Amino acid sequence: MLKEIRPAIVFIVGLTIITGLIYPLAMTGIAGAIFPSQAQGSLIEKDGKVIGSALIGQSFTEAKYFHGRPSATTGPDPKDPTKSVSAPYNAANSGGSNLGPTSKALADRLKEDVATLKQENPSAAVPVDLVTTSASGLDPDISPAAALFQVPRVAKARSVPESSVRALVESETRGRWLDLLGEPRVNVLKLNLALDAMKS
Amino acid sequence: MTAIGWVQIILYCAIIVALTPLLGGYMTRVFNGERTFLAPVLRPVEVLLYRAGGVDEKSEQGWLAYTVAMLLFHVGGFVILYALLRLQGALPFNPAGMTGVPPDLSFNTAISFLTNTNWQNYGGESTLSYLVQMLGLTHQNFLSAATGIVLAVALIRGFARASAKTVGNFWVDITRCTLYVLLPICVVYTLFLVWQGMPQTLGSYIDATTLEGAKQTIAVGPVASQVAIKMLGTNGGGFFNANAAHPFENPTALSNFVQMLSIFALGAALTNVFGRMVGNPRQGWAILAAMGVLFIAGVAVCYWAEANGTHILSSLGLSGGNMEGKEVRFGIVASALFAVITTAASCGAVNAMHDSFTALGGMIPLINMELGEIVVGGVGAGLYGMLLFVIVTVFVAGLMVGRTPEYVGKKIEAREVKMAMLAILILPLMMLGWTAVAVVYPPAVASMANAGPHGFSEVLYAYTSMTANNGSAFAGLTGNTLFYNLSGAVAMFIGRFWMIVPAMAIAGALAAKKSVPPSLGTFPTTGGLFVGLLVGVILIVGGLTFFPALALGPIVEHLSMLAGSVF
Repeated sequence: MLKEIRPAIVFIVGLTIITGLIYPLAMTGIAGAIFPSQAQGSLIEKDGKVIGSALIGQSFTEAKYFHGRPSATTGPDPKDPTKSVSAPYNAANSGGSNLGPTSKALADRLKEDVATLKQENPSAAVPVDLVTTSASGLDPDISPAAALFQVPRVAKARSVPESSVRALVESETRGRWLDLLGEPRVNVLKLNLALDAMKS
Repeated sequence: MTAIGWVQIILYCAIIVALTPLLGGYMTRVFNGERTFLAPVLRPVEVLLYRAGGVDEKSEQGWLAYTVAMLLFHVGGFVILYALLRLQGALPFNPAGMTGVPPDLSFNTAISFLTNTNWQNYGGESTLSYLVQMLGLTHQNFLSAATGIVLAVALIRGFARASAKTVGNFWVDITRCTLYVLLPICVVYTLFLVWQGMPQTLGSYIDATTLEGAKQTIAVGPVASQVAIKMLGTNGGGFFNANAAHPFENPTALSNFVQMLSIFALGAALTNVFGRMVGNPRQGWAILAAMGVLFIAGVAVCYWAEANGTHILSSLGLSGGNMEGKEVRFGIVASALFAVITTAASCGAVNAMHDSFTALGGMIPLINMELGEIVVGGVGAGLYGMLLFVIVTVFVAGLMVGRTPEYVGKKIEAREVKMAMLAILILPLMMLGWTAVAVVYPPAVASMANAGPHGFSEVLYAYTSMTANNGSAFAGLTGNTLFYNLSGAVAMFIGRFWMIVPAMAIAGALAAKKSVPPSLGTFPTTGGLFVGLLVGVILIVGGLTFFPALALGPIVEHLSMLAGSVF
């Protein structure tokens, strides 16, 4: 057993340096050179300021913007940092609601949200993704149905015809990869940026 | 369920089957010590390590020396990781200013990554520095995966060799596995992931001002290099708290599909390595077929349950399946498929929150882990777990006809069967034993996030996942308490090494045996009868043990859901 101690030390140190330092640092260098935008987090800038990442959802509450899915992320309570409070789309603390299929809290939340949305748009069925929280709390996408559902509200808030907002949703809708993998979706931040651009 | 959903599932299975002989052939060459096409670059590094360690690559070890070397290697890994976690506040690559991790959480985390579990009682982006993520976790992701693979290879050699005293050289195997198998794939894989949108940077977290003028701090980091080995090595520990559901840790439907492939790739290939080394590739395919039967059954149930949704959703007129805790870009099918894959293997990465799955949809991951993750399984661990069940199966078949059982030319005798049962029985003991303790210990009960039967499922899932070295969770459970940190560390440690030591003892015993040529009375282990019998033994021996516990959790929850109850 004693004769195995020297190799144990050498191999643990050697392989640690190779896999724990050389490999990630080399990959950081190479990836940064080939895919500089993605490696930094696919950031979107507007007037020289970072407004977010194309891949990370952000909280929208104003009527003139399309809203993303409900988010269950939390952050430290400003009054008492040992406690945490609801902080939607906190991209420094991802996570889901973890409410189970028979949870009363989930049932109550869904009932309330469905009622609010039905009031907003009585003419369409409420899309399931618009009332359920995502796994990460940072889902950047909504389904095309969830975007179309919000068209009347957004058009009214912006005083533009519904048809032009609907056309914008359709042009921002992305299909499955090779018509095969994943689900059709609309990136909320990109859609809202396109909306702001349309106004002028 | 939709047709396009099933097309994705079938495509997935087809690609895994196609990759198996390719990777299997390559890995066989690596572990037979043959020269590979990467030798010009990597051979000098390999030789340097042997020289520094004083290892003669031609000499081999018996099963005991091999196991001792492996354990010593783990002691070193534990010390490094624990020290890094405790001291991270004083070390470089810490732009977010993370402070040292408390002792019990560090202990749990170190055991967790050492045992290839990657159970996480912490949130990555809110707890760990970049240095710990790289030097601590990325490196342990490599080494715990390599350990699983080389142990499986040692057991395969036990079957393949006759009248031999040795099963290989641990230092040579671990080095060749890391350098020739894991590292090259990870380099290419990392670049693919960054291309898909995964960050790979040492820069600090981004401060953004959102379109509505709010502040948003966006956590980034050297994500892709860690995620590559996290998936390939069936480790599953997330860089971020939300794991593979986080858009940075799984940006697109394509990255998701490739991540699913990489979970199964090496584990499936090892069945082929087994077939090649014992001299009959069909032996490997028979094992993969048994795995495939259990896998497809699991996928069908989970996909069906999630697509059906829950009573709460349908009573509000919401259709489109159970989207609570799922991401839009993956939808129902890719979330259900991922959940079954990650628990069939001992990966434990999640792209949807299992805690919010339907009762039956969440039961499939539980069952996968309770069976010991032998459906492809963790890299290496899945194969040696499956071979333990094979030993029990040929033993049962031997009892039926009153002959000494044989498997790939080796007589299976009392010692092997005892060792196999020892390893198989430790799973229920840890999974059910700790669950029983936790549900009567008030501080542990207080950690449950959901009331009713779902709360019980959360605890059962936790100990099942930790014992099986999976690492996925019903994540509502607050695991970062003294009780869960310590009891979980025990479950993970025993769950890993109490499997390994008996498996290695079997390897040594088999290697020493003579090879017997097949006769007319030999039970053929390459046909459908064997596959059926193996599946049956797995379900009866592995499954029935857990039925009462499942009845208290997911089954009763499903029945209450049908009755419209909420808790």
